[in-house]
Amino acid sequence: MWWRNLKSTAFVALCGLSVMLALLPLAALLYFVVSQGISSLNFAFFTQMPKPVGEAGGGMANAIAGTLILTGLGACFAIPIGILSGVYVAEYSASPFAPVVRFAADTLNGVPSIVIGVFAYAVFVLPFKQFSALAGGAALGIMMIPIITRTTEELLKLVPSTLREGALALGATRARAVFTVVLPAALPGILTGVLLALARIAGETAPLLFTAFNNRFWSTDVRQPISSLTVQVFTYAISPYEDWHRQAWAGALVLVSLVLICALLARVATARLERMQKGL
Amino acid sequence: MRRRLTAEDIGLRMMTGGFGLLLVVIVAGIGVQLYRESTLSIAKFGWAFWATETWDPVAGEFGALPFIWGTLYSSILALVISTPIALGVAVFTSELSPAWLQRPLVFLTELLAAIPSIVYGLWGIFVLVPVVRQFETSVPPALRAFPLFQGPPLGVGMLAAAVVLAIMVIPFSSSVAREVLRSVPRAQREAAYALGATRWEAIRAALFYGRTGIIGAVILGFGRALGETMAVTMVIGNNPQVSWSVFAPQYTMAAVIANEFTEATEELYLHALVEIGLVLFVITLAINLLSRALIWSVGREGKRVRRTRPALAAAEGA
Repeated sequence: MWWRNLKSTAFVALCGLSVMLALLPLAALLYFVVSQGISSLNFAFFTQMPKPVGEAGGGMANAIAGTLILTGLGACFAIPIGILSGVYVAEYSASPFAPVVRFAADTLNGVPSIVIGVFAYAVFVLPFKQFSALAGGAALGIMMIPIITRTTEELLKLVPSTLREGALALGATRARAVFTVVLPAALPGILTGVLLALARIAGETAPLLFTAFNNRFWSTDVRQPISSLTVQVFTYAISPYEDWHRQAWAGALVLVSLVLICALLARVATARLERMQKGL
Repeated sequence: MRRRLTAEDIGLRMMTGGFGLLLVVIVAGIGVQLYRESTLSIAKFGWAFWATETWDPVAGEFGALPFIWGTLYSSILALVISTPIALGVAVFTSELSPAWLQRPLVFLTELLAAIPSIVYGLWGIFVLVPVVRQFETSVPPALRAFPLFQGPPLGVGMLAAAVVLAIMVIPFSSSVAREVLRSVPRAQREAAYALGATRWEAIRAALFYGRTGIIGAVILGFGRALGETMAVTMVIGNNPQVSWSVFAPQYTMAAVIANEFTEATEELYLHALVEIGLVLFVITLAINLLSRALIWSVGREGKRVRRTRPALAAAEGA
């Protein structure tokens, strides 16, 4: 018996150890991003343009604007498609086409981001012979769609069926019931999902490398190449200049803060949703 | 009585269904477009593309063996490192941890998945690579004779890439494994305890019960590792060679596309890169399919068992 107990204790200890092993890199990563990034993160980082090599200072104003524009374009493109296809999968889950859509969403979710980039290049860059913010936004949008589709579906299914039945009993058409009763009830949760999807695509680099490309100058023209925080961090990180490395750490700190804030907001929102459901 | 279908209802179905169709079209479109943009390379090299070791854009000779090797080798090494840890995390967070610790732990491990891959890359270059280099120089010369540890200790290379990948894959495998463990019926564990099992023996029984799902979780992590781009590009050294050495700088499929796509001015060069993308797409597709099928099969069994439990409890009560 003592041998079996020993084995059991050893197993519990190993499991605890692996949790520590998994959290150690997280701690190390956050520590370095904060400690290295904070020294270069100042007001100029957000308001100034990149300086040429050798000149100290400067910022990433154009890259920050670029990331906002690209993420916004992606969202404009993905949110309607994601939510409406999610409505289809949830509302008509009995139809034979629904599993096909669900499967497509899961597949798209697993496609490597670099492959999405190649696809967006072939469809949005090659025919126009021009890298553009529009192509970058489309690539990011494609990555966002499946996340929103699946979130919408999951949350619509959580809406109590009595709500829908009540609307139908009052004589509402199915469309009216979905858009005025069921979807609004699920909306807070769906918005949380959208927020998480936004945080994820704002941190994407690979699909932008040859769609939005990069731009050293201030640009808001969606038909032109545009800079982004992630691509800029990549360019700076693999450069040989100390000053650029510092800027890269500052950019990483901005990206990580963005992700952390979104994750925390989403957690607060889900906690509230859960409380609401328990209250029902 | 059947509800009369109004124009609005048909409209809803057509419209939302249309967006659903769009999703299917995008997925199919990825496959078709990648194929169309790689015809030159497929026609010229055929299957030999995947068995040729030379990658010489200047001479117009393209072989993808080093990339597929690097991708598979780095992902498998990453799995070797990450699987035990991910399983440990899944077991700890679902079975062992005190209730108050459970949510924060799940939140933290899932945070690992939310951090952008470019940040892992940056951290990899400036923090991990020096640590790996130190480790490599400290490997005793006796071991250095093995092909696994040959070559100069550069820091950048297969080992650094595998470690970064392992860190990035842990949250994916562990969260799926946790779900699988959760879908194992409680009765399974309770029966084991009732027979006098220790904690390890009871959890081993649960793990065994959910084994197909656990394998699915590991394969899902494998799919993630195969397609990971930025972090790997930044630490693997980007040198197209086929080598067993974990110290050697190598290259992966995703990394070569990321690095060379904008340099590919010749059409054949571009098509060769797109063909690598096409194969990456097909491989990840197959792997996702497989892992989903495995995870789904456990979820379904779990549900079936759970559905019969209330009936059993009622029978016992009577």
